[in-house]
Amino acid sequence: MFYREAGDFKTSYAADNQTFPIRLDRYRYLAVLFAAFAVIPFVIDDYWANAIFVPFLIYAIAAIGLNILVGYCGQLSLGTGGFMAVGAYACYKLMTAFPDVNIVLHILGAGFVTAAVGVLFGLPSLRIKGFYLAVATLAAQFFLVWLFNKVPWFYNYSASGQINAPERTVAGIPVTGPNTEAWAQYLICLVFVVVLAWMARNLTRGTVGRSWMAIRDMDIAAEIIGVNPLKAKLTAFAVSSFYIGIAGALFFAVYLGAVEVGEAFGIQKSFLVLFMIIIGGLGSIFGSFAGAAFMVLLPVLLKNLLVGGMGWPTDLTAHLQLMIVGALIIVFLIAEPHGLAQLWRIGKEKLRLWPFPH
Amino acid sequence: MKLKLASIALGAALAAGPALADLVFPDLSYRTGPYAAGGIPFSDGYQDYFTLVNERDGGIGGVPARVIECETGYNTEKGVECYEATKGEGALIYQPLSTGITYQLIPKVSADGIPLHTMGYGRTSAANGKVFEWVFNYPANYWNAASVAIKYLLDESGGDLGDKKIALLYHNSAYGKEPIRTLEGLSAKHGFDLTTIAVDHPGQEQKSQWLQIRRERPDYVIMWGWGVMNQVAIQEAANIRFPMENFIGNWWAGAEHDVTPAGMAADGYKALNMNRIADLPVFDDIRTYVADKGMAAGDGSNIGKVLYTRGMYAAMLAVEAAKTAQEIHGTPDITAAMMRDGMEALVMDAAKMEALGAPGIGPEFGVTCADHGGSGMGILQQWNAGEGKWVALTDYISPDDAIIDPLVEEDSMAFAAENGIDLRCD
Repeated sequence: MFYREAGDFKTSYAADNQTFPIRLDRYRYLAVLFAAFAVIPFVIDDYWANAIFVPFLIYAIAAIGLNILVGYCGQLSLGTGGFMAVGAYACYKLMTAFPDVNIVLHILGAGFVTAAVGVLFGLPSLRIKGFYLAVATLAAQFFLVWLFNKVPWFYNYSASGQINAPERTVAGIPVTGPNTEAWAQYLICLVFVVVLAWMARNLTRGTVGRSWMAIRDMDIAAEIIGVNPLKAKLTAFAVSSFYIGIAGALFFAVYLGAVEVGEAFGIQKSFLVLFMIIIGGLGSIFGSFAGAAFMVLLPVLLKNLLVGGMGWPTDLTAHLQLMIVGALIIVFLIAEPHGLAQLWRIGKEKLRLWPFPH
Repeated sequence: MKLKLASIALGAALAAGPALADLVFPDLSYRTGPYAAGGIPFSDGYQDYFTLVNERDGGIGGVPARVIECETGYNTEKGVECYEATKGEGALIYQPLSTGITYQLIPKVSADGIPLHTMGYGRTSAANGKVFEWVFNYPANYWNAASVAIKYLLDESGGDLGDKKIALLYHNSAYGKEPIRTLEGLSAKHGFDLTTIAVDHPGQEQKSQWLQIRRERPDYVIMWGWGVMNQVAIQEAANIRFPMENFIGNWWAGAEHDVTPAGMAADGYKALNMNRIADLPVFDDIRTYVADKGMAAGDGSNIGKVLYTRGMYAAMLAVEAAKTAQEIHGTPDITAAMMRDGMEALVMDAAKMEALGAPGIGPEFGVTCADHGGSGMGILQQWNAGEGKWVALTDYISPDDAIIDPLVEEDSMAFAAENGIDLRCD
């Protein structure tokens, strides 16, 4: 009944290959975009921006980045936190060194710096695979955090070792610093998310993306049919790190405003983003969004329901939350290893046949 | 759709809290995670004092105080979430008990106009009220603590530290790095040799650091630790037989739960304190009006402990500031801006502390527009493992302002220049 394809004829190659081939899906996508750009900015307040939307959007970028590397190219990485730190510190250094340049360029610059660092740490992937590569990226995680703690140049020799985002504007409207309005904070993240997600979707269905997937599915076979593993793996590391770097820069500059590397970009951040793509669905852009939303919203929701709604003690809730999130991760791994994206896909199949499944 | 459903549920949950005419004091506590051992007694003390004021005095100037607890887990992201969630309730003052969250909140409270009180932690240069309008760190800060510790060591070694080696064992975060600059200044002034040794979060693994201490044989070790790091450090010091009386923790590394895991081996460990620990009359009131009625925030077992006392002291200072604000503005229903005026006019003298049932709990100090830092005095205390209690070794020692004042001036001016702040109080 829903998602009917009857009467939805495709007459060209482009129409047949569009991202949302079903009409209802396409309208839904446009409706979401409309709501995101034209409704939410007018109703958002500080709490919704800082507790829900901004972290969700930033984690979505990081999850898309990691999904490109892990989900599309099959290279396991535990260095996400470290690469986010590279993005944050690159953004900070650029912001303070060139205060007159637009912040958007700094954030993009931070992405490129992170891409270069990512390629460097991606080099071992040409020799080692699977768990061994995960351990190599783990080394990157610890090395990068240590580096930003150790070398005072990175934090401009401040007494506390913290980096603080000064106020920067886009078209005269502050987007970083304490005087940022909630909607400005939200919109700058949204613009980055939409552009990057659109780019990721198109990259993954083009030549580059197909070579990544070939490497993921079987690297030797891919090499035999003419995919250059050096190029495929390193582009995956570069693009993935670019995304993660931008997420790190936004996380520092727009979301938190002040960051301490060990606390904000530690190993737990790497695992958090990895959980997002596992729960959301490996190799799926929608899955990245779903996973980010799940991991950001669930703790806030549980807290508000249990503490705010039912008046439970805060420590009990915090512990329960750990247990619930942990249990859900296990349930997902067992019941639906392909994540929320697969559930969505199955749901759509069912809806197409409903109410006559036979 | 999932998102929308979640948002609706969330909105409903948010709207549930009733709005009453009362004075709101958010408590950004942490009762979970590696720092919970310190967070629990502090939060218990903080909340119990407000309960006491409500039960015994009928509130502050007749208006009941309402505490909203929010769990941060010592995590800055959750701290920001807690801040945003509670500020709309009419929060009068924030005391996050975390230097990381403090750095996060300084720009936010300055923009929103809500006072932030970081008692003995946070950004040290916030003591300069000319720059930091909304941030207070009376009665003392980290740089005071470093200076007090060195002053005590100077006294102990006959006024000369020229041939001594001092190691700083610190939590590798904004918190732990704060004293380094002061210690470097003091090292240049007094000629002692300073080594800094970092311990990464959360600090459960310190074998290599203590190996380094064993190799370099410093005369004294000063520790800037918090949470599980303290217990581990004291145990490791005992393991390498480092003389405990030469091991000095700062005031966040000197509570009962830090030393008890090492048992008798911790005997003689020293720590700074910014408030006195004694069996104060106010504890009897808390037992009568709060704990015995089953209204205590915790199980009541923490009453009188070091961090409980400090949390209660923090609440006491907030209540006194609120009373001062009510007097200044002549209304019991104060706003956050009025609260700030009250904090800036706060005077804590011996008579007032006596009247509050807490004689000598802290040093005497007064806050002014330019000076948000208080007197900066601290005491030294030593752990007596046999009797299981802390013993005060000294009276309040005043810090070396000749070193600290220029540093505060330099750091706060740099902040003012970076953020385009005009100086106040002239």
